[in-house]
Amino acid sequence: MTVVTPPGGLSNEAAKATDRYREPVLEALRERFDTLNLVEQSTLTGMPILWIPRESLTEVLVFLRELPDPFSLLYDLSAVDERLRSHRNGLPDADFTVFYHLLSVTRNRDVMLKVPLTEADLKLPTCIAVFSNANWYEREVWDMFGIEFSGHPHLTRLLMPPTWTGHPLRKDYPARATEFDPYTLTVAGQEHEQQALKFDPEAWGMKRERSGNEFMFLNLGPNHPSAHGAFRLILQLDGEEIVDCVPDIGYHHRGAEKMAERQSWHSFIPYTDRIDYTGGVMNNLPYVLAVEKLAGIRVPPRVEVIRVMMAEMFRITSHLLFLGTYLQDLGAMTPVFFTFSDRQRAYKVIEGITGFRMHPAWYRIGGVMQDLPSGWQGLVQEFLDWMPKRLREYERAMMHNAIVRERTRHIAAFNTREALAWGVTGPNLRATGCDFDLRKKRPYSGYDQFDFEVPLAANGDVFDRGQIRIEEMRQSLRIIQQCVNTMPTGDYKADHPLTTPPPRERMLQHIETLITHFLQVSWGPVLKPNESVQMIEATKGINSYYLTSDGNTMSYRTRIRTPSFPHLQQIPSLMRGGFVPDLIAHLGSIDFVMADVDR
Amino acid sequence: MSWLSPQVMAIVIAVAQAVIILLAAVLLGAIMTVVERRLLGLWQDRYGPNRVGPFGSLQVVADMIKIFFKEDWIPPFADRTLFVLAPAIAMASLLLSFMIIPITPGWGIADLHIGLLFFFAMAGINVYAVLFGGWASGNKYALIGAMRASAQTLSYEVFMGLALMGVVAIAGSFNMRDIVAAQEGLWFIVPQFFGFCTFLIAGIAVTHRHPFDQPEAEQELADGYHIEYSSMKFGMFFIGEYVGMVLVSALIVTLFFGGWQGPWLPPILWFSLKTGAFLVFFVLLRASLPRPRYDRVMSFGWRVCLPLTLINLLVTGGVILLSSPQ
Repeated sequence: MTVVTPPGGLSNEAAKATDRYREPVLEALRERFDTLNLVEQSTLTGMPILWIPRESLTEVLVFLRELPDPFSLLYDLSAVDERLRSHRNGLPDADFTVFYHLLSVTRNRDVMLKVPLTEADLKLPTCIAVFSNANWYEREVWDMFGIEFSGHPHLTRLLMPPTWTGHPLRKDYPARATEFDPYTLTVAGQEHEQQALKFDPEAWGMKRERSGNEFMFLNLGPNHPSAHGAFRLILQLDGEEIVDCVPDIGYHHRGAEKMAERQSWHSFIPYTDRIDYTGGVMNNLPYVLAVEKLAGIRVPPRVEVIRVMMAEMFRITSHLLFLGTYLQDLGAMTPVFFTFSDRQRAYKVIEGITGFRMHPAWYRIGGVMQDLPSGWQGLVQEFLDWMPKRLREYERAMMHNAIVRERTRHIAAFNTREALAWGVTGPNLRATGCDFDLRKKRPYSGYDQFDFEVPLAANGDVFDRGQIRIEEMRQSLRIIQQCVNTMPTGDYKADHPLTTPPPRERMLQHIETLITHFLQVSWGPVLKPNESVQMIEATKGINSYYLTSDGNTMSYRTRIRTPSFPHLQQIPSLMRGGFVPDLIAHLGSIDFVMADVDR
Repeated sequence: MSWLSPQVMAIVIAVAQAVIILLAAVLLGAIMTVVERRLLGLWQDRYGPNRVGPFGSLQVVADMIKIFFKEDWIPPFADRTLFVLAPAIAMASLLLSFMIIPITPGWGIADLHIGLLFFFAMAGINVYAVLFGGWASGNKYALIGAMRASAQTLSYEVFMGLALMGVVAIAGSFNMRDIVAAQEGLWFIVPQFFGFCTFLIAGIAVTHRHPFDQPEAEQELADGYHIEYSSMKFGMFFIGEYVGMVLVSALIVTLFFGGWQGPWLPPILWFSLKTGAFLVFFVLLRASLPRPRYDRVMSFGWRVCLPLTLINLLVTGGVILLSSPQ
């Protein structure tokens, strides 16, 4: 096995990270596939990355899934257009690379497989048979890069409209609207687009009738009160029973990953806020942590605690929104107004501290935007004192309500094994009884310093998914209380040359600091070529940013893995045989926003 | 002035009464749309419409102006005749039912011997409004809503009638004035408590009020059977729902709460107060309950309510037989 390190060798930290992951899975792979030339790539991702030839992909995937303590979760699957990458430094020749990020819950370890492909032969075998959630990921890769997966049952566009030409994440595809011809839409063109969106049951292998009874194909969304955004679901109905359904996503796609390739490391931060738009600064966290890994920045303890506090504030606002809409979807119209007024109180705190409400874009590379304002403790404490009695009230009035229980108990239930097979993470996974919370399992940003519990449930049904989030809000309040009590003193920005923007106080000292400041602000920081991943326990599940730097002021490739994407992919497997009201209850209990799905 | 005979006077008075009651019912239905929003606001920690006129009292006027001037669109894929007919049926059948309600000893439109049966007939016709509306819209959501509505209304009407048979048996008449008179000593809510419960549930179900708003179920069907309706046609369905609410409240008051009877206050005030209390109760239900699943609503009707009304009827019959002089 060859080991490839990035140019300039590994920093101490990176070497440490790699050492930590020099672990049994590599030994096992080496032993089993000794004839293959497995190339190991050292990066700052903190996980082993193996380059394998396309021919042995399926075999390796099956092997990893069948290991004792298996890698049973296909966490992410996407690709990189390598053609313009200058710092490849001994990596196998590739025009495109498809990567498979696998996760083992029992080992609490990751492994990433990379498959090199040449432009002339962009083909891979599909791995749906090994991991069912590969289906959408492979469609996305085809959509974005034009890489074909042979054997895929329905390799069509996923995020882009069916009539689209070109593959947007390729490097030769323009990133700015000004590089295109002006957009026009004729009446005929509109007709064409609408026809393309028309659902064709045969294309999905659906029958139009069963023993003489015609099915109804109901188009739910993209505009529907319970679709939680621009989400379309096509239901094959027999009466009110769902025979089959096909989720259709992409109506909220904004090309966030493409935008990351033309924004500086710093100026991409506001875009992350809008990925999970109910998560606010929670979205900044994985991104800035991943950038800090690339830059080698260690932030002061005060920054860590401030970040945790604000992230947990947003977990609460997100869960409050969830709770209100979840109960609203069950037909209770009142709770949503109460949870929204609670959210208002949370936003008062958030606005007081960050100066903005929903999308503060407040975290910075190497710190946060400003120090906490004077009097922040009182503001936060007021909220902390207010919430517990409200949570009790919601529990008593709604979660104990007989109709709510009847609507949610044993509805759309799945177990841990199914959850992992579909890539489900976060509260939805923990509702099945699987104790996997990254804040405990892989503490980041100082979460190991806090005392809190991970709420678990057993049935994995709609009820558990609601109840567990109320409990999570209590734990978040506990964490925030500890932040208030033990906020360290110190700087709100790291003392590091790549901290962006650099502390203004030091800018006007002499010409050197002025020039550094000027370059940092106008061009943005330059990060050394390397790769890093940061996964966090976001509001809806595990969210991560996989950054590839090519030694530039901009990211070479930013892969945003969001939790809602696999959660939606799971819907058909749960809803077959269910009723329309159960589907609505399930949609409410997933807690997704379409911005988080489509990116 | 020989033509102004007592008969003519009586006719004029009766017509005037009818017109006033008709207008009052429609107006009350319209005002209820605003009252409901204000009450929901109160219970939901917010204001509700409070901008137009003092305390938002003229909101109903603003809504009327808006709804009258909206484009009255008939979808090209709709069945025109039925599409236009449906809202008219919805409104007419409910308004006609007001005919049988004795408001005070002197007020009321018709004193039918079969008063109660007339109401059942009208409620039966009302189903057609929803069915036609849903079918003629040519929309799948409307169709599912109409299917739900007809199944639900049919199931609940079965025991709605039976629920009232206890009242009829005790009063010995279908005539509404006789029923009110029979409650002189004791309101029927006491001897007919189960009849009251089941009738209340059926009443909510038949008027498609929450939590029995399955045919509309915003979260599921995006508005159900009237999804394609706009302007005044929608308005007729919309006001119709509130008129139905007023009607059911008035019926409950008449049948179980002694109608206009009560001490000290004039009859009209008693009648309004009691009816108003039920209207508020309907709104409160909407503010506080989640919606059960459609099939549970059906099985609740058939498995719980229907047996309950039958037992109630049997016991009532038994008690009447035992206590009668023979």
